[in-house]
Amino acid sequence: MESRIRSIFLTAMCSASAFGLGACATAGGSDTGDGTPQVIEPEVERRDIDVSAIDTEDFEVTAFAGILSVEDFESNAVYGARLAYHVSESFFTEATYATTTVGESSFEKLGGGAVLLSDRDLSYYDLSLGYNLFPGEVFLGANRAFNSSVYLIGGVGSTDFSGDSNFTVNFGFGFKVLPTDFIAVRLEARDYLFDTEVTGEKKTTHNLQTTLNISFFF
Amino acid sequence: MVRAWLTAVLVSLAATAAVAGEAQFVTVDDPYIELHTGPGKGYPITRIIERGARIEIVKRRTQWFKVRDERGEQGWAAQEQMARTLQPSGKPAEFREPGREDYQQQRWSIGLLAGDFGGATVYTGFAAYRLSKHLAVELDASQILGNFSDGWGASINISHTFVPEWRASPFFSLGTGIIRIEPKSTLAQAEDRTDQTAIVGAGVQAYLSRRFVVRAEYKSYVVLSSRNDNEDVDEWKAGFAVFF
Repeated sequence: MESRIRSIFLTAMCSASAFGLGACATAGGSDTGDGTPQVIEPEVERRDIDVSAIDTEDFEVTAFAGILSVEDFESNAVYGARLAYHVSESFFTEATYATTTVGESSFEKLGGGAVLLSDRDLSYYDLSLGYNLFPGEVFLGANRAFNSSVYLIGGVGSTDFSGDSNFTVNFGFGFKVLPTDFIAVRLEARDYLFDTEVTGEKKTTHNLQTTLNISFFF
Repeated sequence: MVRAWLTAVLVSLAATAAVAGEAQFVTVDDPYIELHTGPGKGYPITRIIERGARIEIVKRRTQWFKVRDERGEQGWAAQEQMARTLQPSGKPAEFREPGREDYQQQRWSIGLLAGDFGGATVYTGFAAYRLSKHLAVELDASQILGNFSDGWGASINISHTFVPEWRASPFFSLGTGIIRIEPKSTLAQAEDRTDQTAIVGAGVQAYLSRRFVVRAEYKSYVVLSSRNDNEDVDEWKAGFAVFF
């Protein structure tokens, strides 16, 4: 629009001018064909897109804290970190490492000085596969909607406890809310199962864990 | 410690943000493209952008693109639709996924395998570098979790893929490494021991899709122990790998 006004203005100026023709030839520029002279040649960039320059955010790093209930050894504060790779909108793989210090078993509490464990630290790692079961939105008040997802997760790993490494299976579910595109807040509950002989006979223990996680996508 | 870790995370996040290159624009060529609120089919469609509109690609997550039109409206578009947009030059945009040609050209791959090592559970992480079409060097580290003992091992192997052009090809490997066995703390008179191993293996590796490869293998270990007899252990494993 602006260029059209300018060209009309320039045409008027040119006709009024004594040097009319010469000035108009320089100022008028090319003719677009439909009779309207075009003042400025459009400078269009014709570069193609660079796919590798697109910011991809398929990885997710997470810090978490929660409570791990270690069978026979009380419920204890657990801290850890996770690293996930999102394979598709539905599936992701995630590695986790976490550590806790276990409390006393009832045998130790009542046994008057009896000690079952010389090393009370427990740590585990796992490699798991997650599936976003119910993607959706949560609404906060009338004006805010955040993306969310209920996911299932499960995998295998190893738990270091009482001086041994134990084959560990885990499964559970979680709920995540994304306040922005690259931050997620996750609430998760998982069961970690492993065999141990710490209390005398060999048995499979269930160790339930609930955690609050904060994640960043990068 | 926590503060240092958080600082590190924030700095690396800032760095990724800074690395993100200049804005990329495409023009819609479908009658319209649908914008979801999130990167997935399950998120609702709240907007559409019509043919001819110029859109900026903000970011990508898995097979979804976050785009912004000239009015500043944002949303997530599926790759199938983004593949039918035009580049500034007028050519169709290409958001090609890695395919089998890339599998043939691969140099590096890393993977994870799980299975059975002489009755115990074993996890292995490996990295492979391809020297030629057929030959590759592989480094791996394993954790062994058994009923009576646990331990770890590491080895270096040379592998030969017979027909790399096939979607699924057999391979054969030869290697050497070390293994450390730590009997469970509940066992009496148990002693930790570290020994050298000689390994012969065979397996099948198959291209799955995008950057993923599935792999299954058998390895025969000869543990060169300091005792009178060498020990033979059979190992069966399967898992996934990603190539670059």
